[in-house]
Parts: sequence; C-alpha cells; structure tokens
Amino acid sequence: MKQFTAFVRKEFYHVFRDPKTLLLLFGMPIAQIILFGFALTNEIKNSKIVVVNYAQDEEARQLINKIEASANFEVAEQLMNHREIEDAFKAGIIKLAIVFPNKFSQTLHHEGQAQIQIIADASDPNTATTLSNYAQAIIRDYQSSLIPAETKALSINTQVRMIYNPELKGVYNFVPGVMALVLLLVGVLMTSVSIVREKEMGTMEVLLVSPFNPLLVIISKAVPYFFLSLINLTIILVLSSTLMEMPINGSLFLLYFASAILIITALSLGLLISNSTDSQQAAMLISLLVMLMPTLLFTGFLFPLENMPWPLQLVANILPSKWYYIIVKSVMIKGLGWASVWKEILILMGMTAFLLTLSVKKFKIRLA
Amino acid sequence: MQQEIVISAHNLTKKFGDFVATNQITFEVYAGEIFGFLGANGAGKTTAMKMLCGLSTPSSGEATIAGFDVYKEPDKIKQNIGYMSQKFSLYEDLTVAENIQFFGGIYGLKSKELKAKTKELIETLGLTNEAHKLVGSLPIGWKQKLAFSVAIIHEPKIVFLDEPTGGVDPLTRRQFWDLIYAASDRGITIFVTTHYMDEAEYCDRISMMVDGYIKALDSPENLKKAHGASTMDEVFFNLARGAQRQGD
Repeated sequence: MKQFTAFVRKEFYHVFRDPKTLLLLFGMPIAQIILFGFALTNEIKNSKIVVVNYAQDEEARQLINKIEASANFEVAEQLMNHREIEDAFKAGIIKLAIVFPNKFSQTLHHEGQAQIQIIADASDPNTATTLSNYAQAIIRDYQSSLIPAETKALSINTQVRMIYNPELKGVYNFVPGVMALVLLLVGVLMTSVSIVREKEMGTMEVLLVSPFNPLLVIISKAVPYFFLSLINLTIILVLSSTLMEMPINGSLFLLYFASAILIITALSLGLLISNSTDSQQAAMLISLLVMLMPTLLFTGFLFPLENMPWPLQLVANILPSKWYYIIVKSVMIKGLGWASVWKEILILMGMTAFLLTLSVKKFKIRLA
Repeated sequence: MQQEIVISAHNLTKKFGDFVATNQITFEVYAGEIFGFLGANGAGKTTAMKMLCGLSTPSSGEATIAGFDVYKEPDKIKQNIGYMSQKFSLYEDLTVAENIQFFGGIYGLKSKELKAKTKELIETLGLTNEAHKLVGSLPIGWKQKLAFSVAIIHEPKIVFLDEPTGGVDPLTRRQFWDLIYAASDRGITIFVTTHYMDEAEYCDRISMMVDGYIKALDSPENLKKAHGASTMDEVFFNLARGAQRQGD
C-alpha cells in the first residue's frame, strides 16, 4: 500500500508539473464544449432571406411578420421583382427566398388554397432542407390559425410534438458526443504517453527490476488518470448544464457509472498502445488516429448511424463510444434508468473487460 | 579461497532469432567484490546484465542471484538487487527529495526509515541546497551519483550498474567510484559494466566479453601479466582484436 501511494503521488507530480499535460487534460474539454456548443451547431439561426411580395395584402403581410419574428429568419430585403432573387443568391447574402404571388389573399379566400414559392440555395443541401422545413413549419402554423374552429370540412391535422428536445437543440446531440470524445481521448493519450515516457527515460527498467509488482505499475498509472478523467467529466457536465442548458434528467450516479466504465476502456486502450511503441510521439500519434476519427465518425453525434451502410454500422457496433453515447443520451435527456440501459451497459462492460484483459496480458509478455 | 557466491551463471545464453547476443557465458561473482563486466559496444554486456536482473528471460543456461534461480524466483531476486540503467534512471520532473522518497517507497521502506535515509543521502551527497530542486536542473555528474545512491537505498545484496559513468568527466567519475567503494565496504556486491579501461583497474576482478563470449576473467593484475601488458587498454586490444561485431 505504501508502495502504491508513493507511485500515485509521483504520477500526480508528473501531471501537475507539465503544463502541456495540464492543458490537454483540462483545456481540451472546455475547448470542445465551447466549440461544439456555440460554434459548431447544426441549428440555423437568423438566416438572411429575401421576400418578393407581389401580393401586398393583409395575409401576406401577416405571414411575413411571422417569418420575421422567428429566430431562424431575418428578412434582409423585400424585393420588387423575382428576377432580383438570383442576384441576391449570387451575392451570397441569402440562403432562401420566399415569393408571394399576386392576389394572394384573394385566391386563398375564394379558391380555398393559394401558393407560396420557397427557393432555397441547395449548394449546401443540408442547410437548404433545414431552412425550407423551418419556413414550411411557419406557414403551416399560420394556415392552421386561419381555419375557423367550427369548420366542418374533413381535414387531418398533424400534431407534431418534439419530445425530449422540443426546441430541437443541437447541444443535446453534441454534449454526449463530446463527453465520449474527451473521456476517450484524454484517457488513451495520458496513459499511453505516460507509460511510453517511462520507457523512453529508462525508468521503466528500474521499475521492473524493483520488487514493485508490474500489475501494480499499471494500476498506479491508471488510478490518477481515472480520477482526473472523472474531474474532467464533471467540468463538462457543469459547463454544459450552466452554459448550454443541457438537462441531466436521469440518475447522476448512473451517468458517472457508465462514464467510469468508458474511462477504464480508454485506460486499457492507452496501455495497449503503449505496448506497441517506444516513443512518446508515436504513442501520441497512434492515440489520436485510433481515437479521434472513429469516435467522430462512428459515435453517432455528427452523422446518424442509421443511414450508414451495414459494414460501417458494424464498425460502429464494435466501438465502445457508440454504446456510451446511447447510454448518456438516454440518461441525460430522456431520464431513463438502469432498466432501460442495462443492455448497453453490459455491452460496454464486456468490451472493457476484454480490452483490459488483453492489455494487461500484453503488458506482462513484455517483461519476459 | 572460500567465499560466498552471490552470482553464478552457467552456460547462460540469449538468442534474438539467429543472433546470439550472449553465448554460453559461465562465471561466478563473490560476495562483497567489485566485478567489472567489460566489452566493446555490442559485445553482449547489457543483454547479460538484463538476464541477471530478471528483465530478460535467458534462452538457455542457468543462473542464480543471491541464491535464487532466475527462472523460478525472480521476485525474490528483485528484493535483493539494485539496478541503475544505462539511460539516466531518475525522474527529471521530480525534486531530489521526491525521487528518493519515491524509490524508497516502491522498495517498501518504512516512513520513518525513509525520512532518515533521505536526510542522510542528501547530506552525504552534499545536495542540501538542491534537495527541493528538480533533478532535471542538476549537472549530469550529480544526477548519476544520486541515481547510484537511490539504486542502493534499500541496501541490496548486489547492485547492477549498466555503464554508470557514460558522458561524465574524469573527476566526477573518480567521485562516483568513491561511492562505489563505500557501498562495497558496506558489503554490497557491485556488478558494473563499462567500456572505460581506467575504470577496469578499480575492479577486484573483471571479465572481458567479445562477440557474446567471455574471453577472459581474472583480476586486472593477473590479466595484465598474462598478456604481457602494462595497461588494461592493451589487454583489451589484445582480446578484442578479432571481434566481428562493431558497435550497437
């Protein structure tokens, strides 16, 4: 025990005396949260549009007011002629144009229907789709307000409720993703680099010659990084719930439990990487390659996994981060408990147990 | 001469694929002696030492350290040896005192004992003013003296030193050897590899490795006599002339 505390103390000295390590450890989660929370978002706010209003009547004016009032749009200009639309698109100011035809109100009241043209800049297809959806929603909303309650005509009204995330906020997606990313990246990097550094410096030999059990070397390396990762997680949670109004609806304990498993996965992976290389640079590079791309691509927070061809879905299934992401989303947003996520927890634990055994075995082989 | 044998190697061999790093080496080291393990770079010194320390498993042959078998009782061996690696083996981002505390700690020294030992070590090495400075800021000679003192902090039976004085000026080397003599006087057996021939003169007995074999093993005086040489340098040239391996 005395040996163990001596070792853990030494690890903490390493961490707190190296500004680079500290920056990586605590700077990264903060930077990630701010990046994903504020800068990188798939919500579109205050998008500039133009309106061509040939109608100039009551209904058109009301509808334009509604559009302008929404957080998504900002009417940059009211054009007189639809020929000017293309110039506005070409100038790059706007992403969407809405055209009200002549006699809009009149047609609407007499014929029972009228048309509005929405033109979107589809050179960026995602933005175009999202913006036209926003516009259609506003128009639909306005339309339903026009229909008198006592109308007898047959009509099916869809009632859409976006549950769990009524405001369709992007952070609900990103925060769990960032949690997976940061925990994995920090854990893998820290462990692999700190073990490889001992090899590089020659201190590993001295440790292995000492009566200190090699298994204890691993554990004493893991313990500080385990706790630092938990602190990291706390930073992310505090930041995202205060700055980004990310809810934590479920059990905090369950959330930390799942995170603890992921952290152990990361530490095992780091250990595994440290076995395959003798230089800190290589360890860092491998960690980044192995962790960053797959986590970004296959966790599901940037690209929906459901749309991927099955071989890629298979890849996603063998990544721990995917399962962690599912658990975190279920717990934080839906407020689900053990009963709902036990399967994912079991899968995650299985992966962790596998990786841990593998890395410890590999580590022992090196001593021979 | 009836002396306690603390290291015995018999036909000890290490192969890396086709390459035989150490080839059937056989020797004995007696308690309390300073045993020099000499050879050119790549002769197999470090490999042999790693097998004796339990860092590397021999391909064949037998060896016992402090009476314990290298295959069966590596844990018992570890408790009885100290080791100073070729690379500088302290933590540069820890202070002098912290390094002593750490290595004392992993060798299981009791808190009280460790405290006294730390104080004593720092005073003997004349590092009182540097005790709370990072080791990385010390000159290399001091680092190596500290590394040696840390390697024997648990008073082992045997200490293995792998080219401990590389890159150090002659004066510091002499001071380093004073520490070795002091440890030897306390009964610690010293097993030291080197390729400085002047250091060979300081040893009680030396073995000369060439291309994985032990070519000679005796006291420096006897070796010089046998080769009709006046210095160890000449002895070394005589023996190493036919070497096939060049460098590491």
